[in-house]
Amino acid sequence: MNAAALDASVPEGPLADKWDNHKFSLDLVNPNNKRRFEVIVVGTGLAGASAAASLAELGYRVKAFTFHDSARRAHSIAAQGGINAAKNYRNDGDSVFRLFYDTIKGGDYRSREANVYRLAQVSANIIDQCAAQGVPFAREYGGLLANRSFGGAQVSRTFYARGQTGQQLLLGAYQALAAQVAAGKVALHTRSDVLDVVVKDGEACGIVVRDLLTGEVRAHRGHAVVLATGGYSNVYYLSTNAMNCNVTAAWRAYRRGAAFANPCYTQIHPTCIPAGDEFQSKLTLMSESLRNDGRIWVPRRMDDARSPETIGDADRYYYLEEKYPSFGNLVPRDVASRNAKTVVDSGMGVGPLRNGVYLDFADVVARDGEQAVREKYGNLFDMYQRITGEDPYRAPMRIYPAVHYTMGGLWVDYNLMTTIPGLFAVGECNFSDHGANRLGASALMQGLADGYFVLPYTIGGYLAPRLGRPPPPADDPVFSEAVAAVADRTRRWLAVGGTRSVDHYHRELGRIVWDHCGMARSRAGLEKALSEIPALREEFRADAKVLGTADGVNQALEKANRVDDFMELAELMAQDALHREESCGGHFRTEHQTPEGEALRDDDNFAYAAAYFWPGPDRPGRLEREPLEFESVTPTRRSYK
Amino acid sequence: MSGTLDLRLRIWRQDGPGAPGAFQDVEARGIPADASFLEMLDIVNERLLDEGIEPVTFAHDCREGICGTCGVMINGRAHGPERATATCQLHMRSFADGDEIVVEPFRAASFPVVKDLMVDRQAFDRIIEAGGYISAPTGSAPDANETPVPKEAADFAMDAAACIGCGACVAACPNSAAQLFTAAKLGHLNVLPQGQPERWRRTEALVETMEEFFGSCTNHGECREACPKEISLDFIALLNRDYLKAKVKNRRLAARA
Repeated sequence: MNAAALDASVPEGPLADKWDNHKFSLDLVNPNNKRRFEVIVVGTGLAGASAAASLAELGYRVKAFTFHDSARRAHSIAAQGGINAAKNYRNDGDSVFRLFYDTIKGGDYRSREANVYRLAQVSANIIDQCAAQGVPFAREYGGLLANRSFGGAQVSRTFYARGQTGQQLLLGAYQALAAQVAAGKVALHTRSDVLDVVVKDGEACGIVVRDLLTGEVRAHRGHAVVLATGGYSNVYYLSTNAMNCNVTAAWRAYRRGAAFANPCYTQIHPTCIPAGDEFQSKLTLMSESLRNDGRIWVPRRMDDARSPETIGDADRYYYLEEKYPSFGNLVPRDVASRNAKTVVDSGMGVGPLRNGVYLDFADVVARDGEQAVREKYGNLFDMYQRITGEDPYRAPMRIYPAVHYTMGGLWVDYNLMTTIPGLFAVGECNFSDHGANRLGASALMQGLADGYFVLPYTIGGYLAPRLGRPPPPADDPVFSEAVAAVADRTRRWLAVGGTRSVDHYHRELGRIVWDHCGMARSRAGLEKALSEIPALREEFRADAKVLGTADGVNQALEKANRVDDFMELAELMAQDALHREESCGGHFRTEHQTPEGEALRDDDNFAYAAAYFWPGPDRPGRLEREPLEFESVTPTRRSYK
Repeated sequence: MSGTLDLRLRIWRQDGPGAPGAFQDVEARGIPADASFLEMLDIVNERLLDEGIEPVTFAHDCREGICGTCGVMINGRAHGPERATATCQLHMRSFADGDEIVVEPFRAASFPVVKDLMVDRQAFDRIIEAGGYISAPTGSAPDANETPVPKEAADFAMDAAACIGCGACVAACPNSAAQLFTAAKLGHLNVLPQGQPERWRRTEALVETMEEFFGSCTNHGECREACPKEISLDFIALLNRDYLKAKVKNRRLAARA
């Protein structure tokens, strides 16, 4: 494919005017004609539910799909801390430009200026929209909205609903969706696993879905397909993602011709409960908002066996406060995570496995009282106690970084369209706004920005000229062939008759990816991963043991397809990490660091988004570059000192 | 805490909605006390697979107590013995070595068994679709601070909105009533200024849709005991009060039209 394949379609004009100009220049679909278009939305998290509801409100016929039993269960629900918006309600100097600037800088200058600026512009509308839906945001006594601060910013711009912000925002979007389902504008298909995207004459025209209750595989047609399927953190096996989060729909789109960008940009969240044992199935995140009031430290002496509350200040190493006096414990996620790794790797870790650092609330409890702390963080403290059996009001929490979010994803242009015309990607499953590192409280913002305020406009620009051009008829072989391929692929697992569970192979894959493409990456490690992953994949395909039938509920069978796709993705991640000979954001190459151990970017050679095209099986992805040009900010080395 | 437990499990197995079900006895030895209940089932499933027996189907996803996907009856109690704890947050340190644990799906006429421990809770979505929302089409909202919400109202709404829709309240209720679930949604939306225009219509619609699917509330309070988010019974009182008012007000509104 030629370079035009990566035309980002960024509008002309000054940064601040691009979105307004673009909205005006987009073709419109007459209200009465919108019902002639059918739009497929895959996923009902923040991005998917908000997009499906908003498109239905506009008058499009929408079909929404989720593998959950209810649209309300998407993993957006687990986001804890908050959502950013440039409201400047705190009078502390916030603005659209500052939110834009913080996000670009936080992403280590690896995102597209125009997209990020638009994100900052619509951020304020999101808060208005959600408040109108009845999202119970935290309030001041006067009834106005409260804010908290978050890592990577020096203004207080994060809106929150206790420690359950994602839950409340998702319920708002889910309820908006429910209203459209009740009105007959959205056909909602639950327990429906989307296993392929159908493309004819270069345009997306449908999807292939497996009914998780009956096992039936069938195709659905549409004028456009929107993927809102989240991220791929579960490639690591252990992550903070829900157990069923997967890359399958996005990966199948990649295999159909959609470029996959920056797969090596993964985010390691600094504050999670450290891993325990072999049986552990997932990692639990403790909201980053805890870093507002908690102080992170380890004992200065490696062999200090005293219980933490008896260790005096002089013997405590508050490593973030010492190294980064101006941001302290509120440095961005990648910086906080890497520093935790450094102290643990140097043998200073705490806890029985010496794999954690302390997050200590003694000061704030003494200053504000236990009740005030309970009001702010009660549910998080309860959760910690339930999992570990320890009381964080009395003893410091033990935390360690864990995989949490993936900035990489399907490449999209300014209209959020992938390289397949008619196939859009919104929310975490696209690559667009966070560059090499996402700031806290920005995922909820981006998911809802895409779904409520960007896609509903841009999709019209794609559809308008296609009035009177229906998707291929239902009996077109393009659908039956895709259905047969999915059915064959699914049934094949039952015929393998192997010896080890799908989970076993997923764990093995996770170990390779975490060791070699996790918090720190090196050429030797990545080359090792690139030799180990294909071997593991072959073994998996020849030795997976899946019992039961394809004609009903079969959780192991569902997982087999997903792990198979993770295996291929893992290889592309390692390929991308190996090619990117620099450190930026969440991608830290040990060969490229400053003498103080900070990430060393190479703007001369790597100021681009790396977009890969499917080259056919067992071959490395074909790389195309989208150069990143910075007109409004000057890339500098990020410093949080 | 660490150490391991030897347990005797009686797990409900059922092929599908219409199929007959039965308990399967499983010896679960050497279960780590620090494992969660679902991780215990993962371990059991790996062992069943080794023996050539199809693993037990159970619903689960986030495993941090917020998505509401998981939930089983554990020794007759929805989500098991710990207060305010969803099944995925229950840890094996809550059990003793040698315990027999009976694991069943949530039981209610409106929650048909899908397979083994997995049930169908779509009736909850029907209740929300009946009006469990505030109509605010995208783009039409005023500035968020133009409508102050008293902190007490926001806190009260949040207490109700914490419901995760797991269905433990229905499973625990001797009548399989869904009052707590429905009351939680009404409690969330009916106290907010934004929720007032549709308050009475919403109340009537939700309650009457609920009654199509679920039994009647007789104030046992078992729902509150089982609720992983400790949703208060006070919300049911509010539901009852608003429903009475709604009947009167909606009739008046209808007469005026």
